[in-house]
Amino acid sequence: MEKLIETRELYTDFYTFEGVVKALNGVSVVVNQGETYGLVGESGCGKSVTVRSMMRIVQSPGKIVDGKILLFFREADRSKGIDILKRSETYMISMRGDDISMIFQEASTSLNPVMSIGYQVGESFYFHRLAQMLELTVKELEEEIPRAKFFLVKGWKRIQRGLFRRELGRLTRYSAEIDRIDEQLYQLEDQEDPQSVRKKVLLNRHRDRLREKDGLVQFVRRVPFLRRYYRRLDRTVKNQVVDLLRSLGVSNPDRIVDGHPHELSGGMQQRIVIAIALACHPIMLIADEPTSNLDVTIQAQIIDLIKTLKETTIASVLFITHDLGLVAEICDRASVMYCGDVCETADVKTIFHDPLHPYTKGLLESVPKAEQVETLSTIPGVVPNLVDPPSGCRFHPRCPHTMDICLETKPPTIEYAPGHYVACYLYMDNER
Amino acid sequence: MSSDSKPTLQPASGDEDRVPESTAEKPQAGHPRWKDLGFSLKRLLKNPLTIIGLTIILFFVFLAIFAPILAPPPRPTDPFLMPHKGWKIAPSPPSKDAPLGTLPSQYDILYGVIWGARSAFKIGVLVVMANMVMGIILGSLAGYFGGLIDEIIMRITDIFYAIPLLVMGMAMVVALGRGLTSITIVLIILGWPTYTRVIRSEVLVIRDMDYIQAARASGSSHLRILLKHVLPNSIFSVIIVGSMRIGITVLIAAALSFLGLGSDAGYADWGQMVSTCRNWIVGPADNRLGYWYVVFIPGFVIALFVLGWNLLGDAIRDVFDPKMRRR
Amino acid sequence: MKQHLIDIRQLKKYYAVRGGVFRRHIADVKAVDGVDMKIEKGECLGLVGESGCGKTTLGKTILRLHDSTAGRIYMEQPQEKIEELEQLLGGSLSDGRQRAASMLKTMDITKFRGKRLLDLRQKVQIVFQDPSNSLSPRMLVKHIVAEPLVSQRLIKANEIEGRVLELLEKVGLGKTHMMRYPHEFSGGQRQRIAIARALATNPQFIMMDEPTSALDVSVQAQILNLLKKLQSDFDLTYLFVTHHLLVVKYTSERIAVMYLGKIVELSETQELFAKPLHPYTKALLSAIPIPDPDTGRERIILTGDVPNPVNPPRACRFHPRCPYAEDICREVEPQFEEAATGHVVACHRWKEI
Repeated sequence: MEKLIETRELYTDFYTFEGVVKALNGVSVVVNQGETYGLVGESGCGKSVTVRSMMRIVQSPGKIVDGKILLFFREADRSKGIDILKRSETYMISMRGDDISMIFQEASTSLNPVMSIGYQVGESFYFHRLAQMLELTVKELEEEIPRAKFFLVKGWKRIQRGLFRRELGRLTRYSAEIDRIDEQLYQLEDQEDPQSVRKKVLLNRHRDRLREKDGLVQFVRRVPFLRRYYRRLDRTVKNQVVDLLRSLGVSNPDRIVDGHPHELSGGMQQRIVIAIALACHPIMLIADEPTSNLDVTIQAQIIDLIKTLKETTIASVLFITHDLGLVAEICDRASVMYCGDVCETADVKTIFHDPLHPYTKGLLESVPKAEQVETLSTIPGVVPNLVDPPSGCRFHPRCPHTMDICLETKPPTIEYAPGHYVACYLYMDNER
Repeated sequence: MSSDSKPTLQPASGDEDRVPESTAEKPQAGHPRWKDLGFSLKRLLKNPLTIIGLTIILFFVFLAIFAPILAPPPRPTDPFLMPHKGWKIAPSPPSKDAPLGTLPSQYDILYGVIWGARSAFKIGVLVVMANMVMGIILGSLAGYFGGLIDEIIMRITDIFYAIPLLVMGMAMVVALGRGLTSITIVLIILGWPTYTRVIRSEVLVIRDMDYIQAARASGSSHLRILLKHVLPNSIFSVIIVGSMRIGITVLIAAALSFLGLGSDAGYADWGQMVSTCRNWIVGPADNRLGYWYVVFIPGFVIALFVLGWNLLGDAIRDVFDPKMRRR
Repeated sequence: MKQHLIDIRQLKKYYAVRGGVFRRHIADVKAVDGVDMKIEKGECLGLVGESGCGKTTLGKTILRLHDSTAGRIYMEQPQEKIEELEQLLGGSLSDGRQRAASMLKTMDITKFRGKRLLDLRQKVQIVFQDPSNSLSPRMLVKHIVAEPLVSQRLIKANEIEGRVLELLEKVGLGKTHMMRYPHEFSGGQRQRIAIARALATNPQFIMMDEPTSALDVSVQAQILNLLKKLQSDFDLTYLFVTHHLLVVKYTSERIAVMYLGKIVELSETQELFAKPLHPYTKALLSAIPIPDPDTGRERIILTGDVPNPVNPPRACRFHPRCPYAEDICREVEPQFEEAATGHVVACHRWKEI
């Protein structure tokens, strides 16, 4: 299996009034291409912080303080991967929504209540697929111009076509150059001498500047009547949006496209959010508890949708949840997290049938299951405060098998079996 | 990997169900209410603007309390009558006799500033307290019960909002005569709608919270719920609004005095002092700014007072607003 | 005749929708639309359904936190008197109805006022869903737990501390937790405080409104075990309202399934999971994610959204989404039919599916 995204020893801290919350304590996660990866854990364990760090959208006062996040999206990066912690924010902006997309828990707060749905879904197209949209518009205009009868109409369409062509030309010209700059940045990745660092900064700055719009186009966009020419592009985008919504099972997409989010139910809103995320066919979709607020039957619909999409549109999904049932349902591999540590990583069958880490075992036994049990066993104690976490292994106060060494240092992650990783001192001897 | 070599988890016994006392936070000495207050005060004092605001207010408090010592009244029975040395109409600039200068008819400005602090506090605190009580009662009733009571109270509030301050002030003066009492009454009558609205919006939010329903399920009467659950959780917003409005109230009172609705000339009140100087704002042709002290000094004192209360109100809001508490 | 603890007859709760300039009554949100249910003493009855089905409203109406629109709720009344009263209500004699009205005042919970209502509050209590909202933020734990006793004047001032301590110990907390504010505790601990408050007046019936939905998985297990223990220790009766079917399977002996304001199926737990009869129950059961990767069961995915209780469909409310709907389902409202002992279902076609 090819690696897709990897975090290595990621440390993220939150600088709050009460102290420094050490949210991530050296998290290492590897997601492979084509699989659905689950991040399981309770609230406060750091699963949301992990994926937000991966997309570099950690909310202030949080900061990523150490570690690497490597992406292996393109063929050229196969060997080393791009460390996105070293890239500029503009680079990340161009990646978000295009290569990696994320959907959140509350669909109603993920959508802007005053913007129309068509506009919100179309934003991805405007930002990431502008060249494609422009091409489509120009092609449509090319076909319409010979058929137009009135001189004024024909002239207007010609103006539109001209402006769009200009914008398109600039984009295509500069996209090649941006690719070249990216290549150079990739070569200079690990070099830290002052000359290289300076060169990297200059390259990043040049790259950001290239993404700005053309001067004439910007001017025309400000002129009161002429700027209506851009509406032609809006129409193209809207058609794309309608097609996208139809493919996601939204009924009456033409009516919904002009409507607003509050007119829809929770399940529909979550579909719109998924549409926004998938508009540009990302390589990976990150889903942060997307169904926790939905009813059971609607949840089934959305999970079904994600499963179908995985076969057709997106290759890999990173699914965060606290519901072990969902993990069993759609994930291929999963990591169990506790208090900023990754306790255990394995494929899903192994996690359920052959759990190693005491926390995983405790979690599995405390979940209500389909078979009848007399009492549920519980994990004693409470989740600790992350401002002052327990020393060594963060689970040791609640673990029934604590040893002396567990209080001293954090247990390293070892590979107990092929593909089965666990971070616990109980298994240090069985390492293969 | 044989299954018996791996350790298994024991099912929970009764003891493990207890929350261990050590995981609860360490108890500190003292009743938790004082601890909470101490925490708030410490946060209050960390802000530099708070310190400035607090200093200003404390300065004025000092002036007000020690007025008899700082500026001994010439007539002990009526200390608010400013002393005047001489009968010249034009104001005199600051001199050894009168450190801050004098008003027209030679009333001493310094004396007026010091005793004016007392008047300012009297007006500000009295008006705001009265308004708060009225507003809290009406606003919480309107918000909690809703329906017809809400409609009636809100329409009354709207009516009072619409009454223009100046017209009401003049009417009051006609009815009751000039003086600070009339101004105080006017401000009390016209000032309460703001507080009503603030409390009502807070109560509307609290009314739907689970703990109110829990109190009803416990059998609490409406009065008990209002006093013990609704008010303690909603009162902070009113306190914040109130503290900021003390300054504004004094400003409005000064404005009314300036327009001639306040006390007679010679009364120690800041607005009154500016009022007597209406004709002396611009000096004679060759010395336009000659009488600057007459307008500037009382005006500056008013502005300082309002600034102090605004800063303090801001600081109180930063600390007590539950949304901003855990920054 | 068998005595039930709570006997609910044709309970209805509508919320009026007002619109237009003059706020006229346009429509009703039919949150609970004719529910018949009996709760036995000492049992835990589960009430499941999705959002908008009316389960929370039903529970809160039993507690008189909402006032019902129609229907009767009898608690601890002799069965013969209930039957007599129901007959009088159904009859057409005017003096019969007058007698019925005066009997209702003393027997029907929804008509209680004053002292009778206060007595009711001692017997029925509630535990809310979100522990961060159900405890007053500016009250100490001691006062929160003692509030029911103080409001109902069941205790003297000097006994409060002792009783609160006793209650806190029953839920696994201690003396150090008494003089603190709720925000200093974790979610699980706050829920324990809420449970202690519910136990304060020695009630007979406690409604659990999704008590563990806002809690973490491991804490949920602790609270569920605690609730079971308390039920057996104090001989309590629970109405366990939730949307989580596996939780209700663990806690309840009987389960009622609600959809759009009506109960569609009621049965013992094992029977319901083994042989669900109503199509909605079947879809619900197949939709819950099971924490076992080898189940490989067939999922019934329902089309459409959970409908709006303002305009429920005619006749059988489930027919727009039901894969087995036929003409009779669109015309006639299904009544309860007894499929097996203790297993009732409201569906025209349950025998064929």
